[in-house]
Amino acid sequence: MDTRGAPGPASAPASDGFGFEGETARIQLVDLAHARSGDKGDTANVGVIAYDSRDYPLLRELLTVERVKAHFGAMVAGEVERFELPNLHALNFLLHGALGGGGTVSLMTDAQGKVFSTALLRMEVEVPAEVATRVRGRGRMPAGEGP
Amino acid sequence: MTSDSNREASTPRSEPKVVRIGSGQGFWGDDLEAPVRQVEGGPLDYLMMDYLAEVTMSIMQKQRSRRPEAGFARDFPPLMERIFPTCLEKGVRVVTNAGGVNPLGCGEAVVEAGRAAGVGGRARVGVVTGDDLMERLDDLLAGGHELRHMETGAPLAEVRDRVESANAYIGAVPIVEALRRGADVVLTGRSTDTALTYGPLMHEFGWSRGDHHHLAQGVVAGHINECGAQASGGNALVDWWTMPGMEEVGFPIIEARSDGSFVVTKHPGTGGRVSRPVVTEQLLYEMGDPTEYITPDVVADFTGISLDEVGPDRVRVTGARGREATEFLKVSIAYADGYKAVGTLVYAWPDAAAKARSAARILQARLDRLGLSFDEVRIELVGWDSTHGHLAGPPPADLPEVQLRVAVRAREAAPVERFTREIAPLVLTGPPSVTGFAGGRPRVQEIMAYWPALIRKEAVEPHLDVRILEV
Repeated sequence: MDTRGAPGPASAPASDGFGFEGETARIQLVDLAHARSGDKGDTANVGVIAYDSRDYPLLRELLTVERVKAHFGAMVAGEVERFELPNLHALNFLLHGALGGGGTVSLMTDAQGKVFSTALLRMEVEVPAEVATRVRGRGRMPAGEGP
Repeated sequence: MTSDSNREASTPRSEPKVVRIGSGQGFWGDDLEAPVRQVEGGPLDYLMMDYLAEVTMSIMQKQRSRRPEAGFARDFPPLMERIFPTCLEKGVRVVTNAGGVNPLGCGEAVVEAGRAAGVGGRARVGVVTGDDLMERLDDLLAGGHELRHMETGAPLAEVRDRVESANAYIGAVPIVEALRRGADVVLTGRSTDTALTYGPLMHEFGWSRGDHHHLAQGVVAGHINECGAQASGGNALVDWWTMPGMEEVGFPIIEARSDGSFVVTKHPGTGGRVSRPVVTEQLLYEMGDPTEYITPDVVADFTGISLDEVGPDRVRVTGARGREATEFLKVSIAYADGYKAVGTLVYAWPDAAAKARSAARILQARLDRLGLSFDEVRIELVGWDSTHGHLAGPPPADLPEVQLRVAVRAREAAPVERFTREIAPLVLTGPPSVTGFAGGRPRVQEIMAYWPALIRKEAVEPHLDVRILEV
């Protein structure tokens, strides 16, 4: 599912449950934050870092334990835990039971959870329209660049 | 020549002492040229190299059971043969856990390498032993150390007869001892990754286990160094397409001061980037609860860390807080837990994904009809859903190609062995447009499962020993 360049401003009214005033728009988390993941046994961790420190409070509000758990669905068998690192503009998630037993037991290609980070960055989030305008495209390689 | 004497000669008295600790390897299999670049590319006092991951110890134990002189990172002695003369000349001391399950065997190989490199009579190798609990395991269990699994709570007795290796994660105290006794190379078994960096800092600045905040900063420095170039641009997601010169990426270097503050940097002229976001990514790698990063020597809190870019490729790190270590050491235990195998085939357009899924259904039905039972069968389409699962959505019909990957796991070897004979037949007895089977039958792999446990420090620490070998 590629949602690059997809939904623009939704012109939604004031509140969608996140308490934002004014217009909102949908973006993918990949434009708001970068991330790195790793493993400890059968648990994957995903550290999510706001590109812009101004967006850390928004990240904190959007990425609740419930939303992250719902995003991964059956990919995470156990609980999701969240830790806050405001000093690094970052959140750390522990995804328990995400690695098919972990280590050498796991049959998964990603047995060490190396790319759970980008799986989380697929999440679609609703943000104030001005934030969407500012960040859209931030996390993707610009057309014409790269190798 | 030790780094202490070297620095006294090169640093004016008025300037505060700076200790430079470079990272040379982030795992067994990392860039072989990186340690050479580190010792030749600029000033350095210590080179730390982390060779061990959770599963590495059991692999080494297996190698040692076949050949008693094996059981350590084989790459390390030839590397020392290359860099030993330069290290001595520049006063760079090497600290590494390359010893694996046979630190003394590794030490002897390093002595040989040193002599071959022409440094005989001029160097010392310090070898740390005592982390290996394998021979003491039954005594420990009999003595009431149950070694319960940290997640499930099950006692180790349940799998005792299948245990292949058991090593305590030890801290920096024996590393400091080896440095104090003049070791130019310090070799350990399962010391923690971070101790390889903060051990030299304890030695240089006279920190003890009671200097909680200094040690916490040392742990952060160790966490940054322990994965090699992951802290200097490697595997960094942030603006990855702008990362320069990765063919000769500079591995991270910690420039530490006695107050615990340090700067992360790399040698001039090397590739990669040391920036606030790159270092942040590494700080979060394999992070658990950031308020309690537990090591044998201190419990560090990462939530007070400040990162400041103080120059090109220079990030200053301050603010970690520490508190007293726990009464326990973590133990890394590996035990045999069945068998697995992975088979793959490639399907081409049109309807590549549908063909691959059809093949998987046929394969599963055949395995069922053979009466084979597995603990798990996993089917992935590499090129579509193998890493992001259902989040990838349904594959488009015009997908150019996809690799079918089928993995199975069972307690007994027999069903896994039979599975490996059922992949190739699909080429002529299944869906069309299939290729990529030239590698032969899949290999049956024995699974070494990981059993993390805790043990009281007094059951291990009195057994730690440092031996100095003269090259």
